[in-house]
Amino acid sequence: MTSIFDSLQESLAFLNLDLFMLLSLISLLGGTVIFLVMAVNALVAVYFERKVSAFMQDRLGPMEVGILGFKGGKKFWGGIGQTLADAIKLLTKEDILPKSSDKFLMILAPFIIFSGAFLTFIGLPFAQNIVISDFNIGLFYIVAMSSVGVIGIILAGWSSNNKWSLYGAMRAAAQIISYEIPIGLSLLLVVIVSGSLHLGDIVQWQETNRWFIFHSPFAFLAFFIYFISTVAETNRTPFDIPEAESELVAGWMTEYSGFRWALFFLSEYANMLIVCIVASIVFLGGWLSPLHLINIFPESWYILDGPALGFFWVSLKAVILIFVMMWFRWTFPRLRVDQLMYVCWKVFIPFALANLFFVSLWELIF
Amino acid sequence: MAEYLFLFMAALVIASAFWVVFSPNLIHSAVSLLFTLFGTAGLYVFLYADFIAATQIVIYVGGILVLIIFGVMLTSKIDSPSIASSSANQFIGGMGAFAIFVMQVAVIFNTPWNIGSEQSRDATVGSIGKLLLTDYLLPFEIISILLLAALMGAALLSRRN
Repeated sequence: MTSIFDSLQESLAFLNLDLFMLLSLISLLGGTVIFLVMAVNALVAVYFERKVSAFMQDRLGPMEVGILGFKGGKKFWGGIGQTLADAIKLLTKEDILPKSSDKFLMILAPFIIFSGAFLTFIGLPFAQNIVISDFNIGLFYIVAMSSVGVIGIILAGWSSNNKWSLYGAMRAAAQIISYEIPIGLSLLLVVIVSGSLHLGDIVQWQETNRWFIFHSPFAFLAFFIYFISTVAETNRTPFDIPEAESELVAGWMTEYSGFRWALFFLSEYANMLIVCIVASIVFLGGWLSPLHLINIFPESWYILDGPALGFFWVSLKAVILIFVMMWFRWTFPRLRVDQLMYVCWKVFIPFALANLFFVSLWELIF
Repeated sequence: MAEYLFLFMAALVIASAFWVVFSPNLIHSAVSLLFTLFGTAGLYVFLYADFIAATQIVIYVGGILVLIIFGVMLTSKIDSPSIASSSANQFIGGMGAFAIFVMQVAVIFNTPWNIGSEQSRDATVGSIGKLLLTDYLLPFEIISILLLAALMGAALLSRRN
């Protein structure tokens, strides 16, 4: 895998800048790309979520706001400009800090959460050669950086000086820290089998053998443990007790408004995208096409397998997983706090540990 | 380039570590520790120890710092400066700190540091794993038993009512 960082360094060599300027320029470009990806992702995902929820509840969802006069009709494109208008509204909102809040921490907290999501994107490949910087320890880097955000959540809850915020932050911290363990254990299974933390190597293994979800019954189970745990880690229904609207108003975001609240929103949807891309790369073959799963297609179809379409396959898999997450959200009722902890500590972690043991046996035998 | 980045990281670590000690507010100390730990991870990257850097962030930022903040939140009157910066036995403490400082400076200047021009850039994960399961297996297992004992002790203490 060649990373965007390296290829930019080569293609910008004609500018004859010294190394300091060149690296700053490349970092700036890479950062802008990540920010744009996060912003566009949030815009599209919010619209998608509102439409999906509306259709699941037999409603129409946003219908009024179009873009440049295009209003689409009564189907999916009906309110296509809605989230753009919402974003502009958010950025122009009054910025409120409660009088007795800890102002410094309240300003800092959204940026810590945002940096957590932002840093994760640096090591996250979107296709074979589309990754900002290609780390040897890619998978571990992603797990490490996605654990930073929880500090921001706790600080946001505490500094708001509000009971709902504090309860939400405490719940979120307990939940995220707990569910990191089954996530780590199920990813470890893949690392044990493929023998590498490098995401390119993991996909390479799947290309020569088979997708990890079909590797063994244990890997199949591990995918579901991973996926359900990431739903909990991104604080989405049915695990959204940290921001349960009916009891905690909005959890740790209660006192935030305007731009800082937009940052929370941006990082929440960015985290969704991150966990879904990781799931599709690690378990679902990444940029490999699903055509090889069943060998019934004519030879000419395998042009779809090429590296040019890697981005398409990764995003298709990720979008399907995001859709499943939204499907969960509008189908299941919210869990209680004790049920949530029970699922993590007494179901997922023992199963994930047993999985690790049995997959090692499987590797010894086969 | 590398020197400037290194100086930035080192300054970040030292400045935030100072604020951890001298901040009148315990929560601000804990937040400042976040920057210290991140800066230390950055310094590990300068030593080509990428795995150690990521481990530093997973364990210290994602785990231990969260526990510290939880602990701080459970103390009453976080904001009052008397809890954070009250100090008894200032003379003895100062002498102890000074003795440790002198000892560390002596160690720094008496250690024959291995200064190479360019270290190898090979992946470190494999060799760390091999060493942990061969040469350092016994210390590794002893540490895990210690952690298990701590875990069981914590569970026992919290259930004793």
